[in-house]
Amino acid sequence: MKTIYLDNNATTQVAPEVLEEMLPYLRDYYGNPSSMHTFGGQLHRKVEEARAKVAHLIGAEPEEIIFTSSGTESDNTAIMSAVESFPQKRHIITTRVEHPAVLNFCKHLARRGYRITFLTVNSKGQLNIDELLKAIDDNTALVTIMYANNEVGNIFPISEIGNVLKERRIVFHTDAVQAVGKIPIDTKKLPVEMLSLSGHKVHAPKGVGVLYVRKGTRFYPYVIGGHQERGRRAGTENVASIIGLGKACEIAAKNITQESLSLAHLRDKLEKALMHKCPDVRINGDVISRLPNTTNLSFEYVEGEAILLRLNEYGVCASSGSACTSGSLEPSHVLRAMGVPFTAIHGSIRFSLSRYNSEAEVDRVIEIMPDIIKSLRQLSPFGREKLGESVTSP
Amino acid sequence: MWEYTEKVKEFFLQPKNIGEIENPDAVGEVGSIVCGDALRLTLKIDKETNKITDAKFQTFGCASAIASSSALTELIKGKSVDEALGISNQDIADFLGGLPQEKMHCSVMGREALEAAVAHYRGIPISVEEEGKVLCKCFNVTEEKIRKVAMENHLTTVDEITDYTKAGGGCGECRGDIEAILRDLWSLKIPEKPEKSKKLTNLRKIALIQEIIEREIRPGLQADGGDIEIIDIEGKTVTIALRGMCTGCVMSGVTVNGIQEKLRELVSDDIIVVAQ
Repeated sequence: MKTIYLDNNATTQVAPEVLEEMLPYLRDYYGNPSSMHTFGGQLHRKVEEARAKVAHLIGAEPEEIIFTSSGTESDNTAIMSAVESFPQKRHIITTRVEHPAVLNFCKHLARRGYRITFLTVNSKGQLNIDELLKAIDDNTALVTIMYANNEVGNIFPISEIGNVLKERRIVFHTDAVQAVGKIPIDTKKLPVEMLSLSGHKVHAPKGVGVLYVRKGTRFYPYVIGGHQERGRRAGTENVASIIGLGKACEIAAKNITQESLSLAHLRDKLEKALMHKCPDVRINGDVISRLPNTTNLSFEYVEGEAILLRLNEYGVCASSGSACTSGSLEPSHVLRAMGVPFTAIHGSIRFSLSRYNSEAEVDRVIEIMPDIIKSLRQLSPFGREKLGESVTSP
Repeated sequence: MWEYTEKVKEFFLQPKNIGEIENPDAVGEVGSIVCGDALRLTLKIDKETNKITDAKFQTFGCASAIASSSALTELIKGKSVDEALGISNQDIADFLGGLPQEKMHCSVMGREALEAAVAHYRGIPISVEEEGKVLCKCFNVTEEKIRKVAMENHLTTVDEITDYTKAGGGCGECRGDIEAILRDLWSLKIPEKPEKSKKLTNLRKIALIQEIIEREIRPGLQADGGDIEIIDIEGKTVTIALRGMCTGCVMSGVTVNGIQEKLRELVSDDIIVVAQ
């Protein structure tokens, strides 16, 4: 059975060109870029080439790029750096819908005496800039707000927020892990001091991330040790993965406009067809300002884990905000922050596409999904009355 | 990803006895859509022999909830009502080749639906007072249910209670209460831990507790828009109240447990934190 992978906000396939580019550096050129001999030292140039490619994708200067081990490390580093830069300031502003890499790190700081403001979102998952303005005070060391949400795909108004913060001289970090490679980002115009991205979300391998730090921003390293990354992030470089990430960014930069159009086309086709073919479905999130590859749908009267496991039988990979899939009894913090009713959270399914998905794959999901929902609703004590005739025949 | 047995997968993908019996002799309904799972069981019972001649189910829930419901119907069909009542939630889990620990509440839901159906058949009304007071408000679990499931399955920790009943898995506010129930239930069977050697005077203990709550606990709660108040300290029992955003928060049970752990670590390992 062929896998139909529609879970690209979780992780992505390593692009074949990326893998090709990396292999020699896993097999033959295993040197350390810091070495004095040519065998190792020549790799320094390869790392710098990759840095330039990453910088190019987001309109940055190469020296503004710091390689890390993951999006999480980039987020943690950004927050710690801001906090250490302004030791007298003990307040951080973030949102309720951040990725755990930011959310839980802020909660961790709260236990160390920091005051954290968690901005709310409305039912579409949108932020209220006035609430942000009110939260700012002289004690605010950092504002950290994601560029795009991983669960529902909402794109936040980072430019607008950044312009407000610029006037007040407050450090602004954005977790752009879900946005980079999917929509164009230009740090020359974007008023942020720091930005995180992750390799495995852009068809590079896992285990490599980037923190962009704008020139002139105070920076304190989080991982302490050797002099790598000009003393800003210690640890021997993950050479092969960095080279892979460089290649992945080069590919993304070439095709980003075209790719985001075709992703949106496929996503819209999937979304419209499922809304049309399955009764009692709602879209979660902001359909106006949303990543082109993401749709989050709630199927009423059925539970998400059951849907995922039925899809799994057809080789279709997706994810859910249901409590049963979280490993705890708690359903998605994002959908709860949006005030989505519990009945709809339990039946929420996220499909996230990539350039490697075909129209045929989307058609296949459109073909099987209505029957899965119908059959689970037939099982459900809540499905019958509401659905009337649509569930009479198996 | 959950590790389900082949039998669970089979009963999830091709469940047996789906639907609703027309003019049933017994109906048992448990759970709710808000809690994430619900089961409606209908039975046909031969009045002469008291035998369950047919059983059907409808379930809203995850794969293991559906599989457990279907397994229940298979287990009880052809049995007399009394024989059926002898089936425990563990029997349902065993029939499926086992369930992940965190999913045991699915088998408990099956057993409960059976009890509800039999009560209905026998004309025993189930009133709220009889069921006892609701301890876990997030998942609507009564104290009586917690005691019963703990006894039947020999559960000794709050986490086990959460796995089997969901109680304490939401806001966590009731975790202290569950702990108290477990102590009460098993007090004769679990030997008390020997006293820690360093003895604190009562005054010193109270001061220490206050200091730790100020330093380690309050800032974190305030960051989430909540707050904490110490209501009373009596012997080893610290009564607190969660305020602001903590009230009714899904995580508050976890919070109380966390506070208790912290106090046990830093003050004395017999401290019990109770939320008001």
